[in-house]
Amino acid sequence: MSNSVELSIAKAINAGMRKAMQEDEKVLVFGEDVARLGGVFRVTEGLLDEFGDKRIFNSPIAESGIVGTAIGLAMRGFRPVAEIQFDGFIYPAFNQIVSQLAKLTNRSEGFFQMPVVIRVPYGGGIGAVEHHSESPEAYFAHTAGLRVVSPSNANDAYWMIQQAIQSKDPVMFFEPKRRYWQKGMVNLDQAEQPLHAAATLRQGKDVTIATYGPMVVTALQAAELAATEGINIEVIDIRSMSPIDFGHIVESVKRTGRLIVTHEAGTFVSISSEIAAKIAELCFYHLEAPVLRVGGFDVPYPAAKLEELYLPDADRLMEAVDRVLAY
Amino acid sequence: MTAQSTDIPMVQLLSVDGDFSVPKEHAGYAEFVRDLREADFLKFYRDMARIRRFDNEATALQRQGQMGLWVPAVGQEAAQIGSGYGVGPNDHIFPSYREHGVAITHGVDLMSIVKMFRGVNHGGWNPHETRFHLYAIVLGTQALHATGYAMGLNFDGKVGTGIPGNDLAVITYFGDGATAEGDISESFLFAALHKTPQVFFCQNNQWAISSPVGTQTTVPLFKRGEGFGVPGVRVDGNDVLACYAVTKKHMDDARAGLGPTLIEALTYRMGAHTTSDDPSKYRDTEELAHWQAKDPITRFEKFLRKQGVGQDFFDEVEQAGIQLAAELREATFALQEPELELMFDHVYSEPHPVIEEQRAWLQGYEESLGGHAPIDDGDDAVSYGGTH
Repeated sequence: MSNSVELSIAKAINAGMRKAMQEDEKVLVFGEDVARLGGVFRVTEGLLDEFGDKRIFNSPIAESGIVGTAIGLAMRGFRPVAEIQFDGFIYPAFNQIVSQLAKLTNRSEGFFQMPVVIRVPYGGGIGAVEHHSESPEAYFAHTAGLRVVSPSNANDAYWMIQQAIQSKDPVMFFEPKRRYWQKGMVNLDQAEQPLHAAATLRQGKDVTIATYGPMVVTALQAAELAATEGINIEVIDIRSMSPIDFGHIVESVKRTGRLIVTHEAGTFVSISSEIAAKIAELCFYHLEAPVLRVGGFDVPYPAAKLEELYLPDADRLMEAVDRVLAY
Repeated sequence: MTAQSTDIPMVQLLSVDGDFSVPKEHAGYAEFVRDLREADFLKFYRDMARIRRFDNEATALQRQGQMGLWVPAVGQEAAQIGSGYGVGPNDHIFPSYREHGVAITHGVDLMSIVKMFRGVNHGGWNPHETRFHLYAIVLGTQALHATGYAMGLNFDGKVGTGIPGNDLAVITYFGDGATAEGDISESFLFAALHKTPQVFFCQNNQWAISSPVGTQTTVPLFKRGEGFGVPGVRVDGNDVLACYAVTKKHMDDARAGLGPTLIEALTYRMGAHTTSDDPSKYRDTEELAHWQAKDPITRFEKFLRKQGVGQDFFDEVEQAGIQLAAELREATFALQEPELELMFDHVYSEPHPVIEEQRAWLQGYEESLGGHAPIDDGDDAVSYGGTH
């Protein structure tokens, strides 16, 4: 009988960080408002009381400084877990992430490892003002030296944050903010999979939908809808956007012959672009239809009253399902 | 008071004529010079002369196509050798990319620097051993790494304990141009907030490529940290004893838990920004002549001669320079090209499928062509101007 508990995604990340901090005193947590407040989404709530202000502390509002000092702390042997408050606030740190964090292990020929986790609440759907709803993951997946992951459920949130902290490489940890309060059972005994493995959340024989983060729930909703029409959709949560577990997707597409990739980010030069290209290469003789991409539009994330139109939903996925089945 | 004001008091212990004197207000610094022995003075001179010779030879090698680029530090020897020896042997140093002089004070092999600018690797020395970190080419980035490292020293109980051998500090180097980068300002702030054991060493060499220092700042640079809570001091960057003393004092203070300090070393980049640069397009010869009269090596030679150091010593240093130049040329010609694996190794610390796939593909491709041919970049290396 496994030891399980029901948690929201936010509480699961919190519990995972707490466990990592208990197990390794070199784990430090910092960022804007993470200490007494517990972060604007309360993901770090309670850690200050348990670990004190040498292990979790507020940073000044200086994102480049947060990441740059995280790099120096990693050089000193710490395992920093830095929070960037919102997706759209990560760009001041872009230089430190891309030109330093991602490259230092290679530059130093392995003399330095960079076990740094950068937590980023991302994605839309919460009616926020500009810069609070973006999905910048492709920038980082494009950068050699970084690992990029996103949990979609509480169990993954609990385990993936711990695996990210244990990684010897820098991990961009994207947290689906509109799903923070979504509850699920968490198996506290053991992780089901390694950090970069994809997972099949629903089996089906007609069409594969591959996605990650906040869109996993949407894909599962579409699969339910499709089932009422007699269409069996397989849903894969890729979980990791760099590296991508292509073997898992290939195995599915070889059975279904049809693939839709969806995410909130615009589709131009995106995670779905990469998957479409790679699957065309690896599954050419198995595909019954072109790989379709369903994403946000290639516009700046719109004002909140328009975000329902911007974000892909189950109906937009169903429209794509109809299109791939028409071939 | 502007960035270029020359009437700002600065710490100077050696006059241009090599006379040692201690202004009353700088007595606190001068006591560190009193602890030095003749052997230390001779070491300072040897290293300044060595790095100047190295620099001139490296420029010549670049001109012969042996290096893609060279970044000369001629004129900045006192700032670099003096401050470098003011840093404790176990302290950590986060350089920019022109700190060849500081490098030799902490045991970095000069050929490592040649290899980097030849394009063999990105430096390759072990920062854990030398405590001298790899060169940082994106300006100002290293200051935040230094500050993070120094925060870690605080967390590790390595500051202000007074336990012999326990306490440590960090120094970061950057130029006048880099002070305009946000990372430098953010570093001041984090350092002040965490009261880090840290010295910010700014070599104001007056020029950021073609932009004079007045392009980067309207206030003297040693004042740049004050608003963040990092006090500053200006030192004559062409006075090796003053640079040593000021660095030593503030590194000692940092180790003792007194917090960070900004040191502005007023010096001059006598050469080009890099071998791709042409200073004759933007500065006049009178300015260069003005600073050549303040040459840090000539000044220290005058001091040593006044101390009674004989011609034999200077002859010996000259001979050592000739030998260094010959060895440098020979070692450069003998450098091996990097293995293809270097490109793929250590992109990640843990296995990564994309890297493994691409490495295997390139190896197979090369083998299909009859093996990995030496890369032909020896005699006709093109010049590039990629740094600031």
